[in-house]
Amino acid sequence: MATCFAPSGGKTAVPAAAAPAAAAGPTKIVVDPVTRIEGHLKVEVTVAGGKVVDARSTGGMFRGFEIILKGRDPRDASQVTQRICGVCPTGHCQASVLALDNAFGVTPPTNGRIIRNLILGANYVQSHILHFYHLAALDYVKGPETSPFIPRYDGPDFYRLSKEINDVAVGQYLKALDMRMKAQEALAIFGGRMPHVQGVMVGGTSEKPNADMIVDYVWRMKEIQQFVHETYVPTVYLVAGAYKDLLSVGTGCKNFLSTGVFPLDNEDKTHLLKRGVFTDGKDYPLDPMLIKEQVKHSWYEDSCTDKHPFDGCTIPKYPKATGYSFVKAPRYNGKPHEVGPLARMWITNLPVSDACKKFLGKPTNAEVRVRDLGPAALSVMGRHAVRAEECAVVVDKCIEWALQLKPGAESFKAAPVPDSAKGMGLNEAARGSVTHWIVVKNKKIDNYQVVSPTLWNAGPRDDKDVPGPLEQALIGTPVSDPQNPINVVRVIRAFDP
Amino acid sequence: MDLSRRDFVKLCGASAAGVGLSQLALPPIVQALEKAAAGNPPVVWIMGQGCTGCSVSILNTVHPTIAEVLLKIISMKFHETIMAASGELALEAQDKAAEEFAGKFYLVVEGSIPTGADGMYAQIGTMKGKTRTMLSEVLHLGTKAAAVLAVGTDAAYGGIPAAKPNPTGAKSVMAVFKEHGIKTPVINVPGCPPNPDWMVGTIAHVLLYGVPQLDGEGRPLLFYGTLIHDNCPYRGYFEYGVFAKQFNDDGCRYKLGCKGPETYADCWKRKWNNGVNWCVQNAICIGCVQPDFWDKYTPIYQSLG
Repeated sequence: MATCFAPSGGKTAVPAAAAPAAAAGPTKIVVDPVTRIEGHLKVEVTVAGGKVVDARSTGGMFRGFEIILKGRDPRDASQVTQRICGVCPTGHCQASVLALDNAFGVTPPTNGRIIRNLILGANYVQSHILHFYHLAALDYVKGPETSPFIPRYDGPDFYRLSKEINDVAVGQYLKALDMRMKAQEALAIFGGRMPHVQGVMVGGTSEKPNADMIVDYVWRMKEIQQFVHETYVPTVYLVAGAYKDLLSVGTGCKNFLSTGVFPLDNEDKTHLLKRGVFTDGKDYPLDPMLIKEQVKHSWYEDSCTDKHPFDGCTIPKYPKATGYSFVKAPRYNGKPHEVGPLARMWITNLPVSDACKKFLGKPTNAEVRVRDLGPAALSVMGRHAVRAEECAVVVDKCIEWALQLKPGAESFKAAPVPDSAKGMGLNEAARGSVTHWIVVKNKKIDNYQVVSPTLWNAGPRDDKDVPGPLEQALIGTPVSDPQNPINVVRVIRAFDP
Repeated sequence: MDLSRRDFVKLCGASAAGVGLSQLALPPIVQALEKAAAGNPPVVWIMGQGCTGCSVSILNTVHPTIAEVLLKIISMKFHETIMAASGELALEAQDKAAEEFAGKFYLVVEGSIPTGADGMYAQIGTMKGKTRTMLSEVLHLGTKAAAVLAVGTDAAYGGIPAAKPNPTGAKSVMAVFKEHGIKTPVINVPGCPPNPDWMVGTIAHVLLYGVPQLDGEGRPLLFYGTLIHDNCPYRGYFEYGVFAKQFNDDGCRYKLGCKGPETYADCWKRKWNNGVNWCVQNAICIGCVQPDFWDKYTPIYQSLG
């Protein structure tokens, strides 16, 4: 495997300085900003003996959505909360409208459910493609020698792809820009525009589908489907083959949670990607009442800690002696749980692609499922691979679902704002579980709490000082050069925090 | 365990065909990319209380494509979401650009600027143990830039973080500049998110012809000069009193809460996402390019009249 040693803008390590530091004791490394993610993240790691021995994850931004929502018209929540994340607005939108459907006591018609799935599904596809090619790939692929692709972390063995393969990967980076844009177009056919869709609201979706819309959607998704199956999925395994050491780096907390996503029935009971939890090696059904948010180490009032979101509060307190993040620490049954594609695919345990079988050395006619990847799934490369597998499943299903739409039939059912009600919206954004919880009083929002994927994965220590999934995953990560902590950012980005 | 060489060659073929190139043509293309952006105008793009939606939106630009924007039109020295570097290495690239191109680089601001808690509601970097906040960076880079583009309604007018009760003291670029006496010209490119054409078009205008003509809200008239309602394809329904009573109905969307009658933007002709749709065709206009729209134009699904 060819390697590239020439430093190109990255800080050159000074071995004389690095060696005594290691000998003298632990070294602290602060990576802030962690770039190529959505939002603001800072990670501080302590390195001893060439490995991470301690990690702290800090979310440095607070906007106060929960406070802003209070007193507003409940129907506004699905527009307001999309603005939490411009990469996954549809994930929040879907969680919000499910919470509102629940509170308003309305069940959208079949077309409404399917269109919501098509919108969310197109967002999954765009998000996963964007994540691998435009957020994560530059940890493995050398971009062109110009801004914003330089400077980059550099060191021996960082970029292992041969020049030939690297050039192909740069070509794919550009092609993937086009593919993710087409996914946004497909989404906007039903959503109105993207980011931040207009077409989804309590009770269903805004437009009755017609044949023109269906064809436009399917046509675009078919092109993307080909790219996902023939390029994205095999490329992930190609990269994984060059970085086999990263199949055992970044394990994490080994607990998974999935709220279930892409409802297959109008009552939101069955899902393409299943609802469930995997705790301490065993499968359990999800009990949403066991979710609690803890804030001992978050910059919020201690009175807000260990509350179920229905009773939750979000009152900022900065500074705070024990605090180091604006992200809360959600716990399920008192324990940290990883969310995201790996969690969903592990819980659902779907069959894998032929490329995956080949990677594992199995014949293509063999029955191989996600859990057959074993501990390798719980790693930097495992998370990338399983995300790509999920993308392939979702793009296929979107095409199938689009063809199930009934042109001209209703997609919306009107329902009045209730005087008082509670609503729970369980959803999975592309990057992981997102749940919305609304309490309505006097036709206004009395309480609204959002538990987003970043909280689950990149949250700080909890009330018992147990680190979050990302913090746990960072422990043991090899760091050869504190000035160029490439493996630290590889572990972080694999989560799509 | 690896893919075979044959698999790989197949993969190369597929992706090269995808970008319209033969496999042989790839190396020169990569070389061209490497040379391309060297002499282009430097841009530093920073993000405060935003959702990255403006950045995601600009990725959807069609003519030119985002690859062309990055490699042929501007030189993006700092952008958290796309740049290779992280941590101090990334901040050093930003500092170097601000120093080397002082008075010449363009600053793009996405997201609002929280002024509460000494700016600590948006901590955006750490340099040698010192926290950088959005507030400190806007003040620092704002004085050095040739001009500032406040992209998105958050940066232009405060947006969602500044909605009542504005828990973090979120402000727009212009408000912060006014408070601190910074005279660098600011162009607002509002929208939640802005259409990619409004962002790329404004950048192109600045580079080719200078600062475009702005309206009273600091927006380029070129994009924000027409009232949606006056140009709406559903205007006929409005005039004849044919109103949609609920979603899925035909007719003017006024009674569903459409804010087109008070919203200045060219969505009615430009549309979104490569022209496949736009908000009024799909549902309603929420007035996202207007100052204070989260308070002034809510409830969202309530008629203006």
